[in-house]
Amino acid sequence: MQTSIHNNTTFECETGNYHTFCPISCVSWLYQKIEDSFFLVIGTKTCGYFLQNAMGVMIFAEPRYAMAELEEGDISAQLNDYEELKRLCLQIKKDRQPGVIFWIGTCTTEIIKMDLEGIAPKLEADINIPIIVARANGLDYAFTQGEDTVLAAMAHRCPTGNSKQLTAETDSTKPNQLIIFGSLPDPVVKQLSYELKKQNINVKGWLPSARYSELPTIEAGDYVIGVNPFLSRTATTLMRRKKTKLISAPFPIGPDGTHAWINKICSIFNIIPEGLNERENKIWESLEEYIQLIRGKSVFFMGDNLLEISLARFLIKCGMIVYEIGIPYMDKRYQKAELELLVKTCNDMNIKMPKIVEKPDNYNQLDRIKDLQPDLVITGMAHANPLEARGINTKWSVEFTFAQIHGFTNSKDILELITRPLRRNDGLKHISNNIYITHDAKN
Amino acid sequence: MKLAYWMYAGPAHIGTLRIASSFKNVHAIMHAPLGDDYFNVMRSMLERDRNFTPVTASIVDRHVLARGSQEKVINNIARKDKEEKPDLVILTPTCTSSILQEDLSNFVQRASLETESDVILADVNHYRVNELQASDRTLEQIVTFYIDKARKKKTLDLRKTIKPSVNIIGVLSLGFHHHHDLVDLKRLFNDLDIEINQIIPENASVSELSKLPKAWFNFVPYREAGLSTAEFLSKEFNMPFVNITPMGLLNIKSAVQRIQAILLQLNCHRNYDDYIDLQTKYVSQAAWFSRSIDCQNLTGKTAIVFGDSTHAAAMTKILVKEMGIHVLWSGTYCINDQKWFRSEVQELCEKIVITDDHNIIGDMIAKTEPNAIFGTQMERHIGKRLNIPCGVISSPVHIQNFPLSYKPFLGYEGTNQIADLIYNSFTLGMEDHLLDLFGGHDTTEFLTDTLSSGSCVQWSSEALKELTKIPGFVRGKVKRNTEKFASANNYNIISLEVMYEAKEKVSN
Repeated sequence: MQTSIHNNTTFECETGNYHTFCPISCVSWLYQKIEDSFFLVIGTKTCGYFLQNAMGVMIFAEPRYAMAELEEGDISAQLNDYEELKRLCLQIKKDRQPGVIFWIGTCTTEIIKMDLEGIAPKLEADINIPIIVARANGLDYAFTQGEDTVLAAMAHRCPTGNSKQLTAETDSTKPNQLIIFGSLPDPVVKQLSYELKKQNINVKGWLPSARYSELPTIEAGDYVIGVNPFLSRTATTLMRRKKTKLISAPFPIGPDGTHAWINKICSIFNIIPEGLNERENKIWESLEEYIQLIRGKSVFFMGDNLLEISLARFLIKCGMIVYEIGIPYMDKRYQKAELELLVKTCNDMNIKMPKIVEKPDNYNQLDRIKDLQPDLVITGMAHANPLEARGINTKWSVEFTFAQIHGFTNSKDILELITRPLRRNDGLKHISNNIYITHDAKN
Repeated sequence: MKLAYWMYAGPAHIGTLRIASSFKNVHAIMHAPLGDDYFNVMRSMLERDRNFTPVTASIVDRHVLARGSQEKVINNIARKDKEEKPDLVILTPTCTSSILQEDLSNFVQRASLETESDVILADVNHYRVNELQASDRTLEQIVTFYIDKARKKKTLDLRKTIKPSVNIIGVLSLGFHHHHDLVDLKRLFNDLDIEINQIIPENASVSELSKLPKAWFNFVPYREAGLSTAEFLSKEFNMPFVNITPMGLLNIKSAVQRIQAILLQLNCHRNYDDYIDLQTKYVSQAAWFSRSIDCQNLTGKTAIVFGDSTHAAAMTKILVKEMGIHVLWSGTYCINDQKWFRSEVQELCEKIVITDDHNIIGDMIAKTEPNAIFGTQMERHIGKRLNIPCGVISSPVHIQNFPLSYKPFLGYEGTNQIADLIYNSFTLGMEDHLLDLFGGHDTTEFLTDTLSSGSCVQWSSEALKELTKIPGFVRGKVKRNTEKFASANNYNIISLEVMYEAKEKVSN
């Protein structure tokens, strides 16, 4: 186990033996977000089986995604990758007429070194549909990082306007402009844009937009900001390739996070935010009935979707005690402001700073959970039922990625999710005690 | 490359994991990238397992790509050996490890030097076999391993049990109603006065596998997993086996008669004729139910069947021979088993479909318009879109097909369950009649909820209104028949007259 100290925050790194979703799962929310897209996952039956089972009923709604299932001939290069992909993409073009096709590279395309980035521009010219390649594979990434790889690839496609040299004039003609990156459901996009508009900040565009054809123009010198903690590649791409200026802020999760997010943006544009404190306080007031249920209770994040730091920070602000923040990958630069807010929140609430465990080891974590007996464990579905059977309340972490949790408006939804197991299990006390393991269970 | 977004059978490693996790105290280690341990979610969610699924991954990441797994796999095996003290560790290759071509068997050999537990490498190739074939193969592999081991240690016990006895082979985790079926199989063998020697792999201990030859014969309820093991035991120890799935009255009868014949060969005279007759007539309600007047309404109703070969074949037989329902076509996605499937159902239906492409099945259902579908979850969804009821009879399935209540498909109680399922899938008799009489209670205007639309014939508003009066479950059919008739006769607009004319001239 490696330990490092960073601003009196303890980071640990374990074995990386943890359960999470494969990053190709990002197609399930991105195809819904980008309405004219088609996602082609180039992989094996294993990838297909995961998508089919993880996405449940969505699979039956004629989704705009499919597998390009690799067969033995593809692996041994008896078949020509270009010809095979062309055949499939023409079929997709004929059946669905998408505005853009995303190729999602998988572990297999990595290992056999299929040159997707090389083939795509050629085929794009051939069939006349933009093809974007994202390598969202389990060799390199976890769960939500899949979206990061897709958005980073999309960033390259954002138009650059007239590619004029940036001057002070262009800045002044379009004041307080901002590009936000991160895929959020439409209502949340509207809510956040509205919050910013109230502060006289204009959102020039979102990456991604609802349609591929509406990707925002990104010019050198533009300000960009992320809405989600797992978007570090996208941020890097926007900074290095698009020469934009990244605003480092906590993420707009929870009223505290949202306040800090808006505050930071305002400070960049030299705006003194109006009514933000009142707005935040109102939201806290409305959360009080939920907070009563969790104040003083303890929570353990096993770690699988990279939202953990922001959620932990919010829950500490709600009065919870966080034992451990497991997280697949920790980008200390991209999450810098969020980490600082976490430290500050711990100080404000006068509780111990939780340890942050990168690449956790689920087996060891289960041991720690057994010792600590937290009031709530936020975990993946592989561990939820076995933990419940051992009398530990759990909340599936996946739900946080699919629920609307951003901005002031949705703070209640986070607590609705967090308190659900507590409210439910409270109601079941009369049946029996809450241990349901079978007699031959080992632990 | 193949364009696909739905598959009937999963990848090979799922089959291996289903076998491994069914045994007691067996741990599987997957050689796989992050995120491939989705099996654990399925076990925990679908089966609502209270225990942690005994499957971990030895993660393949960038470093492994660059330098090979080296000690990583071995360390992971050794670690699991210490932590969990399993009897057996199965190293499970995945699609990723298939192409990395690391010498996993070498890892297994080296690891087994250090471990208390046995270690084997699942001998399955991702690109050659699917989930079902892999489960069959892995079960055989484990049994062979422990028989060999016992033989070497000279602990193999070949003495037969005193009373007739049986091994039940192929009850697995995540199997379609397997746990319920097992209860009814136990009851069946109890009734037949046959002892159960072992049930594998469900909740079995690998240390007991050397006692398999003590049984008089083997019983393989499902074709998908267990046949190879039964064949191996037959070859090695001359153990006869029965592989007739006791699903439906006729199949149960055949299975019991086969058992009787096997016992006779082994000099045990049993006559189960009275038992079969009693069960068929009075314990199972299915035979009487088919005979009862309410089921007259099922005469001439049409159905299609699709699923794994075991369930689809048995279901086809039940529908045709036990309920008198017209099966338009029957099919399976078990392509490797098509020869057997064809021989089972060719006398029973007009057409046999062997495919693992759900689009073909969807189109066939839309085209043939059965009154009911008996298939997998995929067919249930096709049925929803086409407004055709569907009874789910086979994997792949959802959480709703892991019911809490007792719902076997095998044995005499299974016949009752299946009869209910079939009957409830069709519109109930009197309701059917009354809907016809009063023009139906569904007067919504959803007329294009079918897969096969796109006709250019127009409907007059009068005719359209008339169409809404036709009961929902036949409306699509009437609509399409009328449209077909209209275009064949060059009518551009379907008026009431054309509609009536079509009704008179088109035979159903």
